Amino acid sequence: MRTFIGIDLGSTTTKAVLMDENRQVLGRGITNSRSNYDVAARVSKQESKIAARFTLFKNALGSGGDAELLLADLERNFRLEQFLSELKQLEETCYNYLDHERFKDLKGPLREALDSVFKTITAEAPEIYAPGAERKSDFFRDIAGSRFMNLAESVGKQSGLSFDVLLNVYDKSIIDIESMVSSDEAVSAQLLNGLSRAMREVEGVEFTEAEAQQALEKVLALELEESYVVGTGYGRVRLPFPKEHIRSEILCHGLGAHMMFPNTRTVLDIGGQDTKGIQVDENGIVVNFQMNDRCAAGCGRYLGYIADEMNIGLHELGPIAMKATKATRINSTCTVFAGAELRDRMAMGENRADILAGLHRAIMLRAMSIISRSGGVTDEFTFTGGVAKNEAAVKELRQLIFENYGEKTINISAESIYTGALGGASFAHSAVH
Amino acid sequence: MSQPNVVKSQSQLLQKEMIRRNYDRITSGQSKVSSTFVPGNLNELLMCFDIANNLPEINAIQNAMRKKSGDMITDAERSGHSEDVCTYVKADIGMMAKGNVAPNGKPFPDPDMLLLSYTGCFTFMKWFELLREQYQCPTVMLHVPYAADGKPTKNMRDYIVRQLKEEVIPTMEKVSGIKFDIDRLREYLRKSAIAENDLVWMLEQSKRKPSPIDCYFGGVYYMGPIFTAFRGTDEAIEYYKLLRAEIEQRIELGLCAQTPEGDMPEEKYRLVVEGPPNWTSFRDFWQMFYEMGAVVVASTYTKVGGVYDYDDFRHDPDHPLESLADYCLGVYTNRNLPTRVDMLARNVKEYEADGLLINSIKSCNSFSAGQLVMMREVEKMTGKPGAFIETDLVDPRYFSAANVKNRLESYFQMIDQKRRAGGSASAA
Repeated sequence: MRTFIGIDLGSTTTKAVLMDENRQVLGRGITNSRSNYDVAARVSKQESKIAARFTLFKNALGSGGDAELLLADLERNFRLEQFLSELKQLEETCYNYLDHERFKDLKGPLREALDSVFKTITAEAPEIYAPGAERKSDFFRDIAGSRFMNLAESVGKQSGLSFDVLLNVYDKSIIDIESMVSSDEAVSAQLLNGLSRAMREVEGVEFTEAEAQQALEKVLALELEESYVVGTGYGRVRLPFPKEHIRSEILCHGLGAHMMFPNTRTVLDIGGQDTKGIQVDENGIVVNFQMNDRCAAGCGRYLGYIADEMNIGLHELGPIAMKATKATRINSTCTVFAGAELRDRMAMGENRADILAGLHRAIMLRAMSIISRSGGVTDEFTFTGGVAKNEAAVKELRQLIFENYGEKTINISAESIYTGALGGASFAHSAVH
Repeated sequence: MSQPNVVKSQSQLLQKEMIRRNYDRITSGQSKVSSTFVPGNLNELLMCFDIANNLPEINAIQNAMRKKSGDMITDAERSGHSEDVCTYVKADIGMMAKGNVAPNGKPFPDPDMLLLSYTGCFTFMKWFELLREQYQCPTVMLHVPYAADGKPTKNMRDYIVRQLKEEVIPTMEKVSGIKFDIDRLREYLRKSAIAENDLVWMLEQSKRKPSPIDCYFGGVYYMGPIFTAFRGTDEAIEYYKLLRAEIEQRIELGLCAQTPEGDMPEEKYRLVVEGPPNWTSFRDFWQMFYEMGAVVVASTYTKVGGVYDYDDFRHDPDHPLESLADYCLGVYTNRNLPTRVDMLARNVKEYEADGLLINSIKSCNSFSAGQLVMMREVEKMTGKPGAFIETDLVDPRYFSAANVKNRLESYFQMIDQKRRAGGSASAA
C-alpha cells in the first residue's frame, strides 16, 4: 500500500508519522536523535511502520473478541522480543571488541563478567516488560544502559575488573548497536514471536493462535511503500532527501497543529532547543511566526539541564513542581546559568518544588513573549512539542494565557510530540495528490 | 568579500579603487581630515574646504568584512564598553586600541575636526564624545530635528541653515584656513544631482521582473559612492554612469540579479528588506538568498544616507544650504514610524514584492525600535506576509547561520504555501 511519511529530526528525539492514502495516521515512531540523524531518521521510520502494522493488525482483528487485550499484550511482548534481540546484538558486539588491542589481555575475565551481566539482563527482561511495569524510558540505550551499569559494578568487583573497562566495552558497543536499523524480516519475526508469547499469556480472547497468526502474517506480507517522505526539524538538512522533500518545521508544526485541532489559530511549540510562536489561518497555513534567536534559553533543553542538576528524570520535574505552594521568582532562563540559578535558590533555603514551579513559570513567560511578538493568542490555541507533556509547564501556560488574553480554548494532544512529523506527513501526501 | 571566486563587475572594481584612493588621501597626512557619519553627511561642504571625509561606520564595516571586527569589539569590551553598546562604536574604539590602522594598512592620522550631523541616532553623539575626549580636536554638532510629524517644517530647515552658517562653516574655515565659497558648493551640488539622478534610475530598475539587481546586498555597493566621500565629485558621476550602463546591459540580456556567486539563475522570491545587513557574514548571508532564489527589490538600508526616491529629493545648486538641510532632515532614521511604514508599504506594492523581511539589529536601536509594529502595519496595508530575523552589524557572535537560515526557509516556504493555496481550501 502507498504510505506518506513525515520525519521530524529534533535535537533530542526524532519522530516519524506514517499516513495512508486517506490521510489517516497509521503509525507513529520515535527514537533518540543520537549524533547520527540518518540512523535516527531510519529508526523512527521503521518504528512508525511497526506501529502501522499494529494498526493494520488491529483493523484486521476487528473490535470484537477482546482484540484490545490481545493487542496490548502483543505490544508488550513485541517490545520484549525487540529488546532481547537488540540485547543479543549488543552482547555479540561486546564480545567482538574483546579482541581489541586494549582489552585482549583481559579477554578471559571480561568475557566471563560480560556473560554474567548479559545473562542477568536477559533473565530480567520479561520483568522489565511485565504487565504494569514502569519504565523510565522506552529507548533501548536507556534501559539496557542503566541495567548494565548497575550490574557491571558488582560483577566487576567480584572478578577484580575495573568498572571503567567494562563501561568502555559497553560504550563502544552501544554506538554500533544504535547505528543498526532492524530489517523488515527481523521485525516480522519479533512480531510473530511476540504474538506467540501474548497468546500464551492472554486469557479470554476468542481467537485461536492460528487465526491471530494468520491475520498477522497477512498484515506483515503487506508492503508499506514509501510513496513520499518529507523531512523537517533542525536536522533536516542532514537528511538524504532531495531539497523539495524538506520542509521547515515552522510550517510542519503549523499544519500538524491544524490537523490535530482544525480550529487552531495560534500554535506554541517548545522543543529541545527552540520555542516557536506560530499563527495559522483556517487552512493551517502559517501567516506569521516568531522564534527564539541565537540562544536556547527557556527551551526543553533547559529543563533537561535542571533535571540533571537535580539528579532526577526529566519526566519527574513536572510532578514535583505541581506540589509547590508558591512559585519562586526566577528571571533568567539561560540554560548555561540554570545550575547556578538553581543552587543559588537552594542556598537561600527555598523549597525544591517552589523553585521548580518558578522555573516552569519563567519558561512560560519567555514563551509568552515570543507568542506576543508573533501576533498574540487567538482562539483556539494549541500547545505542541515535548514540553507540552509537562503538567507544570501546562499549568503555568494556562494561567498566563488567561491573565493576558482571557478565556481561550487550549488544545494539547497526547500525541503533541508528533505534531511536526504529522505536518510533514501531510505535506508528503499533498506532494503526490 | 575576500573569497577568490567572487564575481565582480567593472563598477565594483572602480569603487574599490575610489575607496582605496580616499583611504590613501586620509592617511597621507597631506589633507585635513574630518570624521563624520554617513546619514545626512555634508560631503560637498567638506569638499569646499579640501577636508578629507573619514567615516567611522564605514571603517567598522570594512573591518567586519575583513573579519577583524570581532577582536576589536572584545578589546573595546575589555576597556569597559558594555555588551549592548552599538557594535560600530566598539569596533571603532577597538580599532583605535589596535593602533588605528586604516584598511590600506597605514595608520589613521588624528582627525582635525569631528563633524557630528545628528540624524536620528543618539549613539552618534555619545560616540563623538568619546572621540573628542581622545583627540581633543574641534567638534561641531549639527543638530537635525527629528521629523516627528512625518514632514520636516520650514522652521526645522531654517534652524539647520542657521547652524550651518553660524557653527559648521566657521569651524570648517578655521580648521582648514580656507574661506567658504558658496559657488564652489553650488558646483559640487550640481554634480551631486547628476549622480543622484542615475542612482534613482538604478533603484527603480528592480521594479522589472526579473530584477537585474539586488537592492540590499548589491545595493550596498551601489549606494557606496553617494553615501560616502564621493557625492559631488566627478568620480561619482563616472561611477553611476558605468553602473547604469552595466544595468542596461543586464536588462537587455534579461539577466537576474548579479551576486558574488554569479548571476542568479532564477528569481523565485522578491523581497523588501528593512534594516542594515549583517557585515561579518555578509557573503554567507547573501548566499542564503541566492540559494533560495530570493532577490531584494527594495531596502531601507539603501536610504540610510539620504532618501531620494520617496519624495524626489535631489541636491539643489540654487538653494545650496537649504538643500543640505533637507538632505539631513530626510534621512531614513530621522523619519517617524508612520512614514517608514508608508515607505515600506509603497515599496512592497510598487516593486511587486512577495513581502517584507526585517533584519533586526541587536545593537542598533535607531533602526530596531518599533520594527515589529512596522511589520504588522505593512502586512495589513499590503496583505503580504512579513518575517523577522535577528543579527548584528559587526559583532560576529550575533550571527547564527542556522537560526537565520531556518527562519528564511520557513518564510519562503510560507510564501510558497500561500501561492499554492491562493485562497483555496487546500492547506498544503
